[in-house]
Amino acid sequence: MYDVAVIGAGVVGAMIARKLSSFDLKVCILEREHDVAMGASRANSAIVHAGFDAKEKSLKARLNVEGSEMMEKTAAELGVKYKRNGSLVIGFNAEDKVMLYELLERGKTNGVRGLRIVEGEELFSIEPNLSKDVACALYAPTGAIMCPYELTVAAVGNAMDNGADLKLDFEVKSISRIDGRYEICSGTETVKSRFVINAAGVYSDKIAKMVGDDSFTVHPRRGEYILLDKECGNLVNTTVFRTPSKMGKGILVTPTVDGNLLLGPTSEDMTDKEDKSTSEFGLSKVIREAGENVCGILFNKTITSFCGLRAVGSTGDFIINTPIPGFVNVAGIESPGLTASPAIAEYVAKLLEEQCVELNPKVDYNSRRAPMHAFREADIDEKNEIIKRDETYGRIICRCEEITEGEIIAAIRTNPGARDLDGVKRRTRAQMGRCQGGFCSPQIVEIISRELGIPYEEVTKFGGNSRINISKTKGGADI
Amino acid sequence: MTDVVIIGGGPAGMSAAVAVYESGVRDILIIERDTSLGGILQQCIHNGFGLHRFGEELTGPEYAWKYEKRVRELGIPVKLGTTVLDITPEKVITATNAEEGIFTIKARSVILAMGCRERPRGALNIAGSRPAGIYSAGTAQKYINMKGYLPGKEIVILGSGDIGLIMARRMTLEGAKVKMVCELMPYSSGLARNIRQCLDDFDIPLRLSHTVVEIHGKERVEGVTVAQVDENRKPILGTYEFVPCDTLLLSVGLIPENELTKKAGIKLDPITNGAIVDENRETSVPGIFACGNVLHVHDLVDFVSEEAETAGKAVAEYISGAGDNMSLIEIETDGKIRYTVPQRITRGDDVDVFFRVGVAARNVRINVYSGEKLVFSQKKRALLQVRWSA
Repeated sequence: MYDVAVIGAGVVGAMIARKLSSFDLKVCILEREHDVAMGASRANSAIVHAGFDAKEKSLKARLNVEGSEMMEKTAAELGVKYKRNGSLVIGFNAEDKVMLYELLERGKTNGVRGLRIVEGEELFSIEPNLSKDVACALYAPTGAIMCPYELTVAAVGNAMDNGADLKLDFEVKSISRIDGRYEICSGTETVKSRFVINAAGVYSDKIAKMVGDDSFTVHPRRGEYILLDKECGNLVNTTVFRTPSKMGKGILVTPTVDGNLLLGPTSEDMTDKEDKSTSEFGLSKVIREAGENVCGILFNKTITSFCGLRAVGSTGDFIINTPIPGFVNVAGIESPGLTASPAIAEYVAKLLEEQCVELNPKVDYNSRRAPMHAFREADIDEKNEIIKRDETYGRIICRCEEITEGEIIAAIRTNPGARDLDGVKRRTRAQMGRCQGGFCSPQIVEIISRELGIPYEEVTKFGGNSRINISKTKGGADI
Repeated sequence: MTDVVIIGGGPAGMSAAVAVYESGVRDILIIERDTSLGGILQQCIHNGFGLHRFGEELTGPEYAWKYEKRVRELGIPVKLGTTVLDITPEKVITATNAEEGIFTIKARSVILAMGCRERPRGALNIAGSRPAGIYSAGTAQKYINMKGYLPGKEIVILGSGDIGLIMARRMTLEGAKVKMVCELMPYSSGLARNIRQCLDDFDIPLRLSHTVVEIHGKERVEGVTVAQVDENRKPILGTYEFVPCDTLLLSVGLIPENELTKKAGIKLDPITNGAIVDENRETSVPGIFACGNVLHVHDLVDFVSEEAETAGKAVAEYISGAGDNMSLIEIETDGKIRYTVPQRITRGDDVDVFFRVGVAARNVRINVYSGEKLVFSQKKRALLQVRWSA
C-alpha cells in the first residue's frame, strides 16, 4: 500500500510527487496517458511569471511569487534549462497605461521585485523590435522562461530515482474509501493509498466527484500557439505581453529557452476536454495580434503550431483544499501553474502535515538529477571523452537539432523513460527542428523498437492507437 | 589539409567527386551521413532516371550505383555515417561519427552537395489535431522502400509534385487506397508522365485548386477536410468536404538544406534558398562550390550530375590555380522569370543559364538584355513548366 497516490503526471503532480519523495513515504504517480506531461504541461507559454498579474491576496498570487523565487534553484537541481529574460507588458494608449500602473501596484502588493514602468528610449533599448505604436510598458526583470515538459520529466524522474512509482496508461475510473484508506481503480488495476492528491488537470473535477466533492467544476480553455524557427529566436529579448483581459494574459511573443520564437496563446472557452485541435481562426488571430506587438516576425519561418487546454476552475483561484480527510484537491491550476508548481508542492506537503502525515526527511534523498541536455552543451573535448566510452554519442540521428543516438537511448533508459516518438521528442528535441522529424523519425522508430523489444510497426507516436505504421509491406524487410 | 572535401554522397556529390578525379586531382574526401552512398536515390525505386544521361530508364538505386561503382573503382575516399556539424569561411570542417567522434578537417576547397529537405505540415499551419498518420511524402517513401513498413491504408495526398505522384502509385501498389491528390494551384507541378503513370493509370482523382484545411483524428488520422481555393489560393467557404482517411501525405515543397552554407558565411539567393553562384557553381566564398538540389531544386537527377560535373571540373581548376575571374556580371530577372542559375557570370566564356518561370505560360518571348540593350530574343510556343519553389 502507498502512503500517497498522486493522480496526474503534469508539472503540478510531478513537483508534488518529487517533494513527497524527499520524505519517508511510499509515493506513486498515476497517469492516464502513455507518458508524463501530456496535458497543459506540454502546451503552454513556458513562462515563469513575475507575479504582477494574479489578483492580490489570492492563492495564485502568493504561490506565483513564491514559485518565481524558487524556480531558478529548482531548475538547477533538476538539471533543466532556465533563463531570466524579463517580461514586458506593452501599452499603446492612455487606457493601457492606466492598466500598466494597476499591474505595477498589484505586483508590488504581491511582493514582486524590480517592477517599473519604462517608456521611450529606455523601452526600445530593452526591446528594439517592438511595434513603433508601443507607447509604454511594465518591465518585470524577474520574469523567466523554461521548458515545462522538461521540468515535468525531470521532476518525475527525480521522484522515481528517490523511490516513487510511476504507473502510466492508468486512467482512474473510481475511488473508494475503505477502512480509512483509498482504493483507486483503473478497471484493470487497483492501487491502495492512505492519501490521494488530485492533480488531474482538466479532469480534476471528475476525480473530486468520485469521492463526493462536487463543490467546483473545471472547464478547458483552449490556447493556440505558433512556433517559429530558431533563426527568429532573437527577435525579442524579453517575453512581450499585451495588457491582460479577463480571458487571460493575451497573446505574447517570446523567445523559448531553446532558442525558438513562440507566439500565442489565444483564449477560448471550450466544452470538450479531449479536443486539442488548432483552428484556422485561432492561428490567424495569433498571427495578427503577434504582428501588432512586434515588428519583423517572419511568419514564413513557422515550423509548427499546437494547442493546449488550460484547466480553469470555477472559483477563479487555485483550488487546493482537503474536502474529505486524506484527499487533497490541487485543481484549477491554470496560469500561473507552471510558475507556482514548486510552491504548490511545498503548500501541499504542509497540508498533508496538517493531516498528521509524518514528514520524515529521507536520509538518502537526492534532490539532484543529471541534466539530460548535458551532452549537447559540453565542449568538443568533453564530448569526445563520452564518445570514446559510448560510440552512440558520435552518431547524429536528428540532423536539424544535432541529436545523437546516445542521447535518444538515454531518453529511453532514464527515468521516466520515453516509450514513443513524442516521448523521445520531448526529452531530446529530436524531431523538433526544421524538418519536424521528416528525416529522422524512421530511425528513431527503429531505436525505440530495439530498446523496448517491440516490433517496428507497433511503435506509436504517443501510445494507444497512434501507431506510425500499419503493417509490414508485402515484401517487408526483416528489421 | 585535404584538397577537395565533398559534403554529401548523393548523386551530386558522387558526380562531382568523379569529375574532380578525372580532372587530375586525387586528394578527395566524400563525407556522407547515411550508412551508404546514393542519397535520396536509394529510396527512389521507381524508374525514369538517366534517360538524358545514359539513354536508359534506370531506377534510383541503379542510377546511383553507376556513380558509386566509379567512386569505388577510382578508390575515392569516403566517410560514411558521418555528419558535418560546421564549416567555417576558412574551410575548416567539423564532423562527427561513431568511430572517430568529433573531428575537424581543413580543406583547400569544398563542394556543398547536401541536397534538400521536405516542407513539413507545421510550416503550412494546417489546423486541426496532431495525430499519427501525417507524413511528408519522402518520409513515407523511406518507411516503405527502406524499412519495409506501410505507413497507412487510406491516403489523401496534398501536393501534386513528383514525390506526391510517385507515392500515390507506390502506396496503391502496396495495397493502400489513395482517395485523392489535392493540388493548391490550378495546374499540377509534376511531370506530365507522372500524372499519367501514377494517377490516371490508377484512377486516382486529381483535385486542382484544392487544399487541406483541417486534419481530424484523436490518435491516428481519421479524415481531412479539403476545400476548393479561389484565385488568391484562399479556401472557399461552402466547398469544405470531409474525406475519411487514416493518412495524409504532404508533397508541398523541397527546401535546399543550407544550414552549413550559412555557417560558412556564403550568400544565399532568397528565391532559390540556395547559394548565389557563378557559372562554375562557385559561391561567394572562393573555393567553396555548390551543386545539386542544395543549390536549387532540380527536376531530373540527370541535370544534377551535369551540374556536379561542371562544379567538379571547376574545383580541379581552382586547386591547380588555373582559371581567372575576368568579369563580374550579375544576372537580374523580371519576376516572370523567378530565378536563374547561375546568378552571376565571372569568366569570359559562353555560359549556360538555367531558369525557372513564375507562372506557366504559352507563346512567350524570352528577352535577354545587357543593360538597356536587347542582345537576344526568342519566341517559345511550348508550355514552360512550373516547379514548386521553396
